[in-house]
Amino acid sequence: MTTATSTTASVTTPTGIDPRGPRFGAAITVIALAVALLAGSSLLGTAVIAWQTVVFGLGAFVGLGAQPYGVLYRKVVRPRLGPPAELEDPAPPRFAQLVGFLFAVVGLISYLLGATLVGQVAIGLALAAAFLNAAFNFCLGCEIYLLARRLRA
Amino acid sequence: MTTGLGILVVVLIAATAFGLYRRFTDGHIKGVDPVSDAPTHDGEVLSAADIGEPLGERATLVQFSTAFCQPCRAARRTLGEVTGMVEGVTHVEIDAESHLDLVRRLDVMRTPTIVVLDSTGRIRRRAVGAPRTADVVAALGDVID
Repeated sequence: MTTATSTTASVTTPTGIDPRGPRFGAAITVIALAVALLAGSSLLGTAVIAWQTVVFGLGAFVGLGAQPYGVLYRKVVRPRLGPPAELEDPAPPRFAQLVGFLFAVVGLISYLLGATLVGQVAIGLALAAAFLNAAFNFCLGCEIYLLARRLRA
Repeated sequence: MTTGLGILVVVLIAATAFGLYRRFTDGHIKGVDPVSDAPTHDGEVLSAADIGEPLGERATLVQFSTAFCQPCRAARRTLGEVTGMVEGVTHVEIDAESHLDLVRRLDVMRTPTIVVLDSTGRIRRRAVGAPRTADVVAALGDVID
């Protein structure tokens, strides 16, 4: 685990990120969203979706370096792992944070207004994306970015 | 609680099914029927003007990418590798976002989408998702006469 030698000098941008970071973050996000979904618009559910909205917002608007789960990964998890096989462009996971943020905002506002079911559906959609990211390395930007551009222009 | 649990279960089952389906179908190179819909689909033949670069002598690998696409990088590497191995084949990467007309014409829904053109520019194969090197080589074997 610690003797991973870099045999393949693959094409990597110097500013790339460890691709395991966003997947680790997605796994924690799945848990947070599941709690928010199960707890509904109770104090617990509202607090958890508010927290997750802030997390997504930091990742989307400040950067992945400021995203709390990414910080946790770099400080605690990554030192225990070998170096990544290759680095990745941060733009795709950052886009995913933005999409997550939009769903989380809808979830949070709905919970605050007492529209529990609407909130739960929005949170469920965000959960689906986070779960696909964590379990299948699903690329949300690949699926919806071009579709959105096609609709807009 | 029960509504939330119901949504959670449905989401996890549906997402798992979708993820597995994608895992098995992503990157598969499919044949494009060259006869049946050739006269009606004006997307069937691409010119150098369409893709903004000269066609490959024997075949062209056209890749549609976007900035928010992780597997586009893997696809780029794979196709670059193949063009290094098979003579007369070029790889053209197109930013889908700035070529929406072509994207609509070819009905590209997500990235990476790869179309394989023969020497005349006719679309002969198509893949959605990053393909494997061996599959691309095999597809080229069929396309290059």
